[in-house]
Amino acid sequence: MKVGRVVGTVVSTVNIPLLDEHRLLLCDLHDVDGEPDGYTICIDVVDAGMGDTVLILDEGSSARQILGIETGAIRAVIVGVVDELHVDGELREVE
Amino acid sequence: MQLARVVGSVVATEKVEGLEGVRFLVIQPLDKNQEPAGRTVVAADAVHMAGSGELVYFVSSREAAEALPVRFVPVDHAITGIVDEVHLGVDS
Repeated sequence: MKVGRVVGTVVSTVNIPLLDEHRLLLCDLHDVDGEPDGYTICIDVVDAGMGDTVLILDEGSSARQILGIETGAIRAVIVGVVDELHVDGELREVE
Repeated sequence: MQLARVVGSVVATEKVEGLEGVRFLVIQPLDKNQEPAGRTVVAADAVHMAGSGELVYFVSSREAAEALPVRFVPVDHAITGIVDEVHLGVDS
């Protein structure tokens, strides 16, 4: 899993049917030092909000398990909103 | 999933079994500000409607094939949606 931050939303009307039921959030990814490390567009199942630091699952089989489906082209799912992040014994600032 | 711009198409008559009728488009992956990021790739068009110049999002690796009618096919990128709008907020 990865730690990221919700920085945007993506709206589409033409998409694969699976995505009709879910909203898509654009999340910055951060490395262990809190530096930017790309981004990913995720399905959200925990009602994360703009600016939230989140836990992102980026693996297809587990993503399908969470959504309760056997097939589907989905990988990235927001599975948690982070309250605290500790690295090397230090508390990282989380918004 | 990542953002990309459709920049071309690929026509191939001889294909692996299971890929009949699948459209292949050349896409340029983009960063979140819609600037080109990395090399172009060929992606299967799972929405059947993406066209040249359109902003799309795509899924990579094993999950790309999940977007197609025949699931067990050798495809590693698939367009899964056409973007209407991207809203960026906070200090992105």
